[in-house]
Amino acid sequence: MIQLIDYGAGNLTSVRKALSHLGAVFETPTTAESLRNASAVIIPGVGNFEATTALDEVWRQSIATAVERRVPLLGICLGLQWLFDGSDEAPTVSGLGAVNGCCRLLQREAGDTSVVGPFKVPHVGWNSLHRVRDSWILEGVAEGHQVYFTHSFAAPITDECVGSTRYGMDFASVVEWDQLVGVQFHPEKSGEVGLRVLKNFLNRIKPS
Amino acid sequence: MLSKRIIACLDVRNGSVVKGVNFEGLRVAGDPAELSRRYNREGIDEIVILDVTATIEKRKALADTIHAVASEIFLPLCVGGGIKNENHADAAIEAGADKVSLNTAAIATPELLTTLARRYGSQAVIVAIDAKRVDRKFQIYVRSGQQATDRDAIEWAREAADRGAGEILLTSIDRDGTKSGFDCELTAAVSDAVSIPVIASGGAGTFDHFVDVFTIGQAHAALAASIFHYDEHAVSDLKIHLSQNGIPVRFPC
Repeated sequence: MIQLIDYGAGNLTSVRKALSHLGAVFETPTTAESLRNASAVIIPGVGNFEATTALDEVWRQSIATAVERRVPLLGICLGLQWLFDGSDEAPTVSGLGAVNGCCRLLQREAGDTSVVGPFKVPHVGWNSLHRVRDSWILEGVAEGHQVYFTHSFAAPITDECVGSTRYGMDFASVVEWDQLVGVQFHPEKSGEVGLRVLKNFLNRIKPS
Repeated sequence: MLSKRIIACLDVRNGSVVKGVNFEGLRVAGDPAELSRRYNREGIDEIVILDVTATIEKRKALADTIHAVASEIFLPLCVGGGIKNENHADAAIEAGADKVSLNTAAIATPELLTTLARRYGSQAVIVAIDAKRVDRKFQIYVRSGQQATDRDAIEWAREAADRGAGEILLTSIDRDGTKSGFDCELTAAVSDAVSIPVIASGGAGTFDHFVDVFTIGQAHAALAASIFHYDEHAVSDLKIHLSQNGIPVRFPC
């Protein structure tokens, strides 16, 4: 079954409602043991990177093992950032390290024209996706389609970046590597485009 | 490019959408879930459900209304009205709200902003400020605009942001329901004072009013109710108008 991980970083009601709407069956594991037979893993979360300390060594090992088993894994918002080595937001806290690089505070680069009016952090609202290369998670999502963001820190553009977004600077809004994906935006709050992304993820899960 | 958000406000009483003029004389305008569906098709960016009578009649926001909207509309959803403590916020968020908006309770108990921000993240905490021009200042009113306080809107906006609020929903009491345009001076003053996004509210009557509040008013989002409730194509037509005026908006696909 799909394992929706609740580590106390924000409320999961919206993610649950969107998954149910798409007909997905999922559970929230109480121990890391449950990940052993997971058909997929979803790591949501909003807020400070420090909250990911709740994903202790036992959870990290179980999630890393699931990645090795090529179980589809989706990180949402803070969940995407956790896939990286870490974040400047909480420098002493390690991420999973499945993707190299460190998340940093959004900043406005010199000469940037992507923001109308004052540049504010957090980045809240609808912004467009730039397709960097072909990917399964963005199937059916066109260049420039908009999705809903709310975050202050953002992931660097690495080889795993399949979709980027510009807010003062370019950052990785979608990463994908084999069965591992992460989205900085909230697919559960991004209308039809968001539901399409979630559907693409669900389609990746092997029937048990 | 970050789009300017258009937010529809559903003022709800007893499960029905109503809209008042200057907070009085409520008229019934429809079913919340049905209106939300129409707005979603039209390309609305966000929905706010305000339980308009909650503060007065001491009722919390209607959980079944929230649930009905959140189960089929996958857009950011904010709930306000009568949220006085953590339990009220929990109930709204459990029912499907992504954000809660606090007005009277935030003024009375500012620590509540910090408590909720720690629990749900700042993105889930909106401080609603109802301001009225008094002696060339912007004075805050609470209890659905009925009770004056000695607080200044600009100062309170700064404090609320420092305490953990993630956005400001700023309503001009002078303009609310009048269709005479947003108070751009008020909006720009608050937007200048804080680093968090400001949602302008009160006074939307024409599409050009939105152009003004996004340019002169430096708003990040604009909220309206009646201009959308009674016109089937207002949201999409408004976005075309904004786009033609160089303002970045999102079109549904």
